[in-house]
Amino acid sequence: MCSSSLKAVAASILLTALALAACQREEREFRSKSMADETEEKVSLVPLSPGPSGPAEQRSGTAKTYEENAYQIAQGQRLYAWFNCNGCHGNGGGGSGPPLMDDMWTYGGQIEHIVQSIREGRPNGMPSFRGKVPDEQIWEIAAYVRSMGRNVPKAAAPGRRDDMSPGPAEQRRPPGQVIDGGQIPPSAQMPQ
Amino acid sequence: MRRAAPFLLLAVLPLAGCQGWQSALDAQGPAARTLADMFWIFLAVLGAVWGLTMIALLLSLRRRRPADADPLATNPETERRMIVTTSIAVGLTLVTVIALTGLSYAAQKVLFARKDGALTLLVTGEQWWWKITYEDSQPNRVFTTANEIHIPVGEPVLIKLEASDVIHAFWVPSLTGKMDLIPGRQNQIQIQADRPGLYRGQCAEFCGLQHAHMGLFVIAETKEEFERWRDRQVSSATPPSDSHRQRGMEIFLSKPCVMCHQVRGTDAGGKVAPDLTHVGSRRTIAAGTLETTRGNLAAWILDPHGIKPGVNMPAVKLEPDEVQPLADYLEGLK
Repeated sequence: MCSSSLKAVAASILLTALALAACQREEREFRSKSMADETEEKVSLVPLSPGPSGPAEQRSGTAKTYEENAYQIAQGQRLYAWFNCNGCHGNGGGGSGPPLMDDMWTYGGQIEHIVQSIREGRPNGMPSFRGKVPDEQIWEIAAYVRSMGRNVPKAAAPGRRDDMSPGPAEQRRPPGQVIDGGQIPPSAQMPQ
Repeated sequence: MRRAAPFLLLAVLPLAGCQGWQSALDAQGPAARTLADMFWIFLAVLGAVWGLTMIALLLSLRRRRPADADPLATNPETERRMIVTTSIAVGLTLVTVIALTGLSYAAQKVLFARKDGALTLLVTGEQWWWKITYEDSQPNRVFTTANEIHIPVGEPVLIKLEASDVIHAFWVPSLTGKMDLIPGRQNQIQIQADRPGLYRGQCAEFCGLQHAHMGLFVIAETKEEFERWRDRQVSSATPPSDSHRQRGMEIFLSKPCVMCHQVRGTDAGGKVAPDLTHVGSRRTIAAGTLETTRGNLAAWILDPHGIKPGVNMPAVKLEPDEVQPLADYLEGLK
């Protein structure tokens, strides 16, 4: 009798402890960092490089704090509409600009590449947003762009929108893959 | 009695907060007056009921049953008195509830009545500020401002309420009751001020981090003053005449400001943040958070997240000698 009630107490304590383990929340930075200069990423557009090893790259590690953070991605989603990315890229399906939800990335599909594309602009129409969009917001938009093809963790990708949407929410899309420029992605191959 | 004094004082203290520019008990319009009247009537009637109940309870506590009384013994006379008393109490309760329901219904009739007015506004709730559009049958008389509503005294003003992100609520306690702003639908509320004055309003539905810093001001003024204000707001910003402010304008136009803010008459055409065409003429910036002064403008531009953590305004990178002209330019946009 006594041992069984002890067991019950122990079990309930264990359960409470387990529930408490889920109490860790996503870290959220309230003070923006954009007063700092823009992050200096050294990323190459191609995987080719002379010699035995690949291209020498240098990453600040900022990527993780953006593309695995639901708040930053959601802010990116808001800014994507505010800054009229829709105007050329539609809701990721493309228009006069290339689609963003597929696996083909002409100028690289890693977040650093996308940041570079937004910051520097790209030939044939993509304007340069340097000095017009603070660096932090560029990272947020890039993180959201990555979520369109579900190249970010499911838990961080945006959920259902309030307004009508042509497809499932980013969170419900199947995980995507990134095929960088110069290679033929599966989506562009002829059916065999 | 001496021990009760602090408690009495504590009970009376909150009443001291019941006047001023944001109080439902300091009614300055027909809708708010109806609500305040209802409050006082309910307070008086229900207070009397509570007081009578407490007196009856105390009396019954004082009346002891004799120690040797038989608990099962009944007295027909007492029984009859009890039945009569209970019936009267039930009857009075019914009358009170029905009367208060009737009063409440009559008050709703007043609150939701729509009088014809000349002025219609569209108020859109944003995280965390109010976008205010003055509608007009002439498209070139339509203009947008933020966080400050001017109305002519004594005229009913129709306010259409919408939200762009989450649910907010429009509440100017001295003028009217609350009404929610809901994304995807439009609510309407009518306000009217009987006296010229400055009335503060507040978002009354929790809408995120800076919900508490989402204030607005309603300024009721005479018809002539209002028309003068409206004519000025309709016009585009006048380009600055001195070189210092001109430099400020150049800085404004070359920085990220233009991505979100609009200054009519310049190339800045962003529509997702407060319209700054006449920002210098408004009493406050950041939705009632800071007074519009040069220093506050500079502080807000340099460190918005220190003032309103989580706000969507980014901290923009400026050179030290760019802050002063920019703040001067914005302050000069009267």
